[in-house]
This record gives sequence, structure tokens and C-alpha cells, in this order.
Amino acid sequence: MIWYIARRILYLIPTLLVVSVIAFAVIQLPPGDFLASLISKAEETVDQAQVDALRERYGLDEPIYVQYWKWISGIVLRGDFGDSFEWNRPVSDLIWERLGLTMAISLFTLAFVWIVAIPIGIYSAVKKYTIGDYLVTVIGFIGLAAPNFLLALVLMYIAFRYFGQSVGGLFSPEFIEADWSLERVLDLLSHLWLPVVILGTAGTAALIRVMRANLLDELSKLYVDAARARGLSELKLLFKYPVRVALNPLVSAMAWIFPALVSGSAITSIVLNLQTTGPLLYRSLQAQDMYLAGSLILLVSVLTIIGTLVSDILLAWIDPRIQLQ
Amino acid sequence: MTRAPAQSQAENSALPAAEIGGETRIVVANQWQLIWWKFRKHRLAMAAGVFTILLYAVAVFAEFFAPYSAGAYSAAHTFIPPQSIQLLQRTENGWRFYPHVYGFKVQVDPESYKRTYVLDEAITYPVGLFVRGESYKLWGLFATDRHLVGAAQFGDPVYLLGTDRLGRDVLSRTIYGTRVSMSVGLVGVGLSLLLGIILGGISGFYGGMIDNLIQRSIEILRSLPTIPLWMGLSAAIPLTWPPVRVYFAITVLLSLIGWTALAREVRGRFLSLKTEDFVIAARLDGVRELPIILRHMAPSMTSHIIASVTLAIPGMILAETALSFLGIGLRPPVVSWGVLLQEAQNVRSIATAPWLLFPGLAVVSSVLALNFLGDGLRDAADPYQT
Amino acid sequence: MQPIHTRLDDNDAQDDEVLLDVKDVKTHFFTDEGVVKAVDGVNLSLKRGQTLCVVGESGCGKSVTARSILRIVPPPGEIVSGAINFRQRDGGTIDLATLNPKGREIRRIRGGEISMIFQEPMSSLSPVHTIGSQIIEAIQLHLPVSKGEARKQAVSMLDLVGIPRPGEQLDAYSFELSGGMRQRAMIAIALACEPQLLIADEPTTALDVTTQANILDLIRDLQQASGMSVLFITHDLGVVAEIADEVVVMYLGRDVESGDVDSIFHDPKHPYTRALLQSIPRYDSRQSRKLYSIKGTVPHPFDRPSGCPFHPRCDDFIAGTCNTIDPARQLISPGHSVRCLLYADANAGEQVPVNSAGTQDMDMSN
Repeated sequence: MIWYIARRILYLIPTLLVVSVIAFAVIQLPPGDFLASLISKAEETVDQAQVDALRERYGLDEPIYVQYWKWISGIVLRGDFGDSFEWNRPVSDLIWERLGLTMAISLFTLAFVWIVAIPIGIYSAVKKYTIGDYLVTVIGFIGLAAPNFLLALVLMYIAFRYFGQSVGGLFSPEFIEADWSLERVLDLLSHLWLPVVILGTAGTAALIRVMRANLLDELSKLYVDAARARGLSELKLLFKYPVRVALNPLVSAMAWIFPALVSGSAITSIVLNLQTTGPLLYRSLQAQDMYLAGSLILLVSVLTIIGTLVSDILLAWIDPRIQLQ
Repeated sequence: MTRAPAQSQAENSALPAAEIGGETRIVVANQWQLIWWKFRKHRLAMAAGVFTILLYAVAVFAEFFAPYSAGAYSAAHTFIPPQSIQLLQRTENGWRFYPHVYGFKVQVDPESYKRTYVLDEAITYPVGLFVRGESYKLWGLFATDRHLVGAAQFGDPVYLLGTDRLGRDVLSRTIYGTRVSMSVGLVGVGLSLLLGIILGGISGFYGGMIDNLIQRSIEILRSLPTIPLWMGLSAAIPLTWPPVRVYFAITVLLSLIGWTALAREVRGRFLSLKTEDFVIAARLDGVRELPIILRHMAPSMTSHIIASVTLAIPGMILAETALSFLGIGLRPPVVSWGVLLQEAQNVRSIATAPWLLFPGLAVVSSVLALNFLGDGLRDAADPYQT
Repeated sequence: MQPIHTRLDDNDAQDDEVLLDVKDVKTHFFTDEGVVKAVDGVNLSLKRGQTLCVVGESGCGKSVTARSILRIVPPPGEIVSGAINFRQRDGGTIDLATLNPKGREIRRIRGGEISMIFQEPMSSLSPVHTIGSQIIEAIQLHLPVSKGEARKQAVSMLDLVGIPRPGEQLDAYSFELSGGMRQRAMIAIALACEPQLLIADEPTTALDVTTQANILDLIRDLQQASGMSVLFITHDLGVVAEIADEVVVMYLGRDVESGDVDSIFHDPKHPYTRALLQSIPRYDSRQSRKLYSIKGTVPHPFDRPSGCPFHPRCDDFIAGTCNTIDPARQLISPGHSVRCLLYADANAGEQVPVNSAGTQDMDMSN
């Protein structure tokens, strides 16, 4: 097990390298170097000495790989992500709380997806070809087909039109800028359900289908009959054997559901105006605030990759067959 | 497993009489016939298939299906609610067949003084099929002025699904959006497929180091959150680019990240086929690699790949819609479903004109249809498995 | 030999020695395409301590018969009629066919009084549970013992079935064992509660020949030690000759011939039994001739032939009779019954066409 984990962590290194290159590419992609846009945006004339200092700091006159090295070593060694020009503050000041909220939403959604999808998937497989199964299947398909943001819009419209409420945001106005306290956490939780439901719909639909298909496969396996022939009761049998085996692919499904959730939360957050990385990334891209944008992409990707790693390790832990491979 | 369409298929009407004088005759059907028979049993997939074909027909003949052109606007008719078609009209002598829509009038809110249009049953406009409207050249070749539905009298304000803030017909724009959104799906998947077949094929056929390398890169790509990445990359597309170039740039971006699923599918099929007896037999007979791939392996992979492709299109459509909705994908004047949904970006505009969400319905139903179709195809792709 | 023309006497269920008596059981599958009559009137009777082999080609309903006894027929299959009388340990007789397949009573019998092992040992063991946990589960389901005690019993069971280092292997997963060891583990699970009857559904088919022999020996040894009865399902007549006391030959969901192993091998009556026996390759055949094979294939259950279901493939087919009359079970000699119209009327004795090839040197049992 330890060797397995060590190997997975070793595999992480090239992945992180690739991700950092992609994030750096995003920073470099817009035409012209960012100092030009900084100077054009600045209200006062920018002091030449200041410009030269920035040039030196980011290595703008040097070859591209030196720039990359300066950027990545700054992040890894000093936690220096560069400055946001729009906010005129270091990037690292801006991102941590939002990154935390992004992950909180994604993890809550993941839990929601699992809690909802597994029992429904089991029901749908055990009662296959009944009205309930068909209903679940149809709702599942619609859940998969509806884009997150559309769902967000429709729910917001319903809340507005029929309940006269304006939903959205993660905090009530009085808590937005407040320091963390128990009240603020409770306020956050009371706002969290809407994004969690919206984000979770597609994943839930997908997982229900995975669970149903897996369980149907497993239910027809011989070991189920063998356990039944041993005298096990139907309910115990169901949960101890086929459900248990059918859960494994679900854990490995986490490896793609988690990135999808983080990914989807970007758009949903923009629509619902949540204080996560999504809207910040969106604004920074529009403002060509590239160090902020690049850092956000880098960090969100890294956290997603770590999530995937955790799910891999979890899978190896629950499925003894994996470690052998 | 029934390897040949044996006796059990005897009741199948498509089979020529299988029972002759009590003796069972073996009827030979090729793989595609078997797939078709199996697919046909899947009612929902059949219906979805028909719907998908219709969608693409609408995309191809958008000028004919849409009552107005994509850019047509009428400054006087902003936010007009959908005028649903009434087939009958009450007269003194009872009901008569008279397809029409109601007109509309301005209503001023006494408090906010906001002007809104409401339907007015006193005014009617006749509607019809194959009506004359704006003239257009279908695919730039055939000049005509016929439209499938619309105001029977050219010039009557008939907006079956209402208008947006500039007085543009939502129905017409959604129909034009079909062309762009559905084709982004096709072109994007086409590119993904190319990448997927090349890389997945190499990976599955050669194995070893190359396989490992390609598999690792696929895993890396799959563990990334795609939308932030797409946002970052598409934000780099210069605003000055012409719409067509933006369209292709976005499609390339989508397929650059979206090819991994198809590559996995291709690789998996390749690996399992490689050890099939008929492939080994061909190799033992001294057939060279390329003919083995093209003549022996490709035919049995095609059906699976078609199914996977069908299932990949919805992902592309959803991605394009999401990016365009945010304003970092396709941009006006290009009309796609995502671009149209930009009009409905906040609660206030939806509250004023809920019908602006109609393109969203188009997205959901097309994605739904493609999913059902793909599911049915996947089930039918292996006709030898029962 | 003159067949004795009496209707089969069904009263032998009262016989003290009879452990299991299956009477005219029909198990049908109600599919969307129609009703599949997988088992359509099967009879068999098994005495205490004996081995009954059920033979027949694939698709003739052997496995469904076995599953019907334990009431683990997968849906949409159902027992539609017939009785499965089983003599319980306490002496009482119970009709398994009337029990609720999910009920407490049948669950007490499963694993406790009747156990079953399956064709593929790999897939009949859970891939994510250890061998030990599955044996312990079986023990704790039927015996009032503590977990520690159950574990001890499990180790001795593994030892009994010949698994080396039983203490360690208890915590092994099925994928860590070889095919033969897996089947031994399956047998250990099945026999953990000392059942009166072991149903073995082609337990050696998926194994290689040497392992097959080992497993057969093991089952025979365990049977001798415990005195249990074995219902052995196979299509391998060599195996039948080796282990059977009684044989039931099945075709299309029915018993077409049943009797003790000697009369089936030396004096087969049903043309199907004869054909099966002729299609075994033999070492001692002097002249090289083509191996006999039964013409045609088992018909699809949807289009079951009229009359005697075997008539389209039968060498002794009598036109106008075999395709119209459904043959009933006839006792040919004590303990030997057959369903065939060749033996149906009083003069049948003279009319029996002697299909000479293969009735003489059929001794496989050595």
C-alpha cells in the first residue's frame, strides 16, 4: 500500500509540471507583454524605474524558459504568485479564501452526489424496468443534458418569480466582508444548498447511471447466487456483495467527477455570483490580469489533481485487486 | 451469445422465411444488418435518431425553417411575448378554421411607468405554411422567399416565440443557432476523433513505452478542470479575429481537450481486438500490419466508434454553449445557442422575458436526443452479444 | 429383455432412504418474447448417501433443475408446478417448491441442509472478500457459534478440503488462488455446515483435467466421510461413469431416461441416451471410424418440437407417432424408467429396433 501511494505521488510530478506549463502558457498567450497593458491601464504615468524593476522581476527581456523558471520558482520557493494589476495587490492575497470556498463547494457537492446517487442507483437496479426505474432514468438523462448555468438561471427565476427571493451569493450581505465566525459559517451553509444542487445534478445523474449499470452487472454474477445458496437474506446479500463490488467503479468515478465539479463550479459561480475562483478568473481574463488568471488556473488544477490522487488511493484501499496491478 | 442469426430470429419479419419444410435454414446477415435489427428494437433511441436527423435538417435548411433572418430586428417590437398559434376562430356561425396569432398592445405599469407588450385578442394575424417572407439564397445558390411558417401576409408582426431586447425573433435566431451549435459539435468531435484514433490507435497497437506515455498524458488531461482551462485559452483569442476564425479556434480548443475519451475508447477496442483469434490468424498468415488494421480490425471497431462519437457530441455542444454564454466563446454576430443565452444572463432579464430561455430548451433537447441515440447505438454496436 | 409395462409408481417417496424427491417440476421463464420452458416436467429421486448424476447437452435444463431445488432461479424464472420433497434432518419432509424463495425457511435449508457449488470457482467467490470471511459467514448463518469459534472451524474446513497452509489462506482473496484451490475453497464454504445434500453444478468443467480428477476425488472422499448425498450435474459421461450411483438423462427440460449407472451404460433404452453414449470417443475401437454425433442441435426453447421433443433428431423416429404423441414415463425394469414411444405399447418389445453399435463394450466405469 505504501509503495502504491509512493508510486502515485511520483506520477504526480510530471502532471504538475505539465499543468504549470499550461498555466504559464495562459499567462503568455495574450498579445504584447503585460507591462504594456499595465501602463495603458494606469491612471498616472508610470515611473520608468518602477517599470524596469518589474521587467527585472519577471525577467521579461530574457528567453521564455527563464521567465517560466522565475515564475514557477517564485511560486514554489516563496509562495510568490506575482501581482494582480487590476487589484494592485499580490495575487496570493486574493485567492486563498476563494480557493477554499471553491473546494468547499466542490467537496460538499461530491458528498451530495454520492449520498443521493447511490441509493437511487441501487433502487433503480434492483427494481429494473419498473415505473420507478424509468422515472429515475428519464430524470437522470435530463439532469445530464441540462447545462449547469441553465439550471442555475431557471432556479433563480423560479425563486424570484414564485418566492420573491433573490437567491445567489454565498453570504448574506452583512457577512460578505466579515471575519470568519460561527455565524458566518452557518450563513455560508444556508446559502450553499442551491449551488450544491445545481452543480450536483449532472454528477448525480451520471453516478446513478454508473451505479445502476454496475449493480446490474454484479447482480447477475455467480458469487451472488453462491452467497444466496449459502442462506444469506436478500437485503444483507445485496449490501454485502453486489453493492459493495459495484461501489468500486464509483470511487474511481470520483477521479473524473471531481474535476467536472470544479470545472462546473466556475460557470455556476459566475451566474450565481458566488465568491469562488470562477468569477475572479472570469474578471481577470476579461481584464487581461494574467498573473491572477494563470495562478488561479494553476491552483485549481493542482487541487483537482490532488483530489484525483486521493480518490485513487481510496480505491486501492477498498479494492484489493488494484494494488496488484 | 448467438453467433449467427439462428432459429431464434425466425419470427423476425426482416428475415426471409427461415423455416422451410420444418428444416432450419441458416440465414446470413452482415454485421450492419444485425446492428440495425438490434437498434430498431430500441424505441427511444429510434425516436431520438429521428429527432437528431430533424435537428440537422433544420441546421442545413435554417433559412427555410426560420421565419426571419438571423439579424432582422424591429426596434418597435422589443420583448414581445410568444404568440401561440390558434387554429380555430369563433365567429357568429360557430368555429371556423383560421390559423392565426393574437396581436399585442402596450401596457404601462402605473408605478414604474415601464412599458410592456401584452397579447391583445382583439387583433389577429393570419399565419400559414410555406409563406412568402424575406427573400434569401439557400446556401448562396437558390434564390427564394418561401419560409416554412410565418405571417400569411408579409410584414405582419408574427413572433411565435417572442422577441428579445432588440426586437429580434427568438424562434428564427434559435433556428440559426442550431446550425452553429450542432456543427460545432460535429466538427469538434471530428477533430477529436482524428486525434483520438491516431493517438489511441498508436497507443493500443504498439503498447509499451509509447502506450504508457500517451496514457499518462490522457490521465493528466482528464484530471484538469476543463472549463477554467478553456476560459483561459479562449480568452487569448484576439477580439479582432473574424467570426469564422473564432469559430474554428474555439472548435480546435474544445477538441484539444476533448479527444481523450475517444482515444481511450479506441485504445481499449484495439487492445481487445488485438488478441482476438481472427486478428492473430491474419498475422500468422503473414498479413502486414496496415492491412490487418484496415481490413480486419477497423470494421469491427467502426460501430463502437460511431456510438462513442455520438455520445461525445453533446459534451462539445454543452462546452460551446457554456463558453459562449460567458462571452468568451463565439461572439455576435455569430448566432449560437450559447450566444443567444447571453441575453438571459441575469434574473432581471429572465423575469422580463422568460422566453429568452428558449434556446436553452433547444440545448437540453438536442443533448438529450444525442444521448439517447448514442446509448441505443452503443447497445446495438455489438450485435453478437445478447 | 422384456420391458415391464407399468405406470411409474410414485409411492417410493415414502421410502425412508429417499432424501430428495423431485416430482414433475416445471420451471418456466416468462420473457418478453415468450415463455421459455427451461424445465418442463423433471423427475428425480436421490437416496441418502448416494450420488445422482444429471447429464445432458448444454441448454437441456440441468442447471435450472439444480437451481429450482434451492429456489435460486433468477427472474423471470418461476417454478410453475411440481413438488420438491426434501427429508430434513429432523425427519420431517418439506416441499421446497411451495416455500417463499426469499423466506426464512428456505434460507435455513440453503447452506445448512443443502449446499451448492458452481461451474466457475473464480466468479462464484466474491472478488473483494477474503475466502475466510465467506466461510465464516456461512458458518455463522447456520450454527450458533462465536466469531472466533467460526474462524477456527473455517481453518479446519480449509484443511479438510486440502488447501495448504489453511491459516494463511483464510485471509487470501479469490484472485490470489489457482482455479483448483478456488474450487476447493468453494467446497469448504459449501460443506462448512455439514449439509445433507451437495448440489454440484458442473464443478469441474472450468478446470484442467488433472485438477478435475483431484476435485472429483475430493468430493468422493468427503462424501464417504460425511455420508451426504450428491446431486452432480455434468455433460461429461466419463465423470458420470466414475462417480454416479444413479443417472438421470435430461433433454429439453425433461428426464428422458433414469436408472442406476449400470443399466444406463449397459442397457440404454432412450435413443438419446444411446446417441450420447455413442458420441464418446473410445480408445479401444479397433477400426477407425468417424465419431458419431447427434444430428442437428438442441432446438431453441421457443420452438419446442411437438410430440416427443427429441423426434427431429432421433434415428428411430416413427412418423405420425413420435411427432404427435408426448411420451409418458414408463418403468422398463425396477428403478429404470424411460420416456420413449418405442416402449409405449404392449408389443413394443418386439418392435424395439436394436441399434447395435455400442451396447456391448460400454464399460466406462472400470
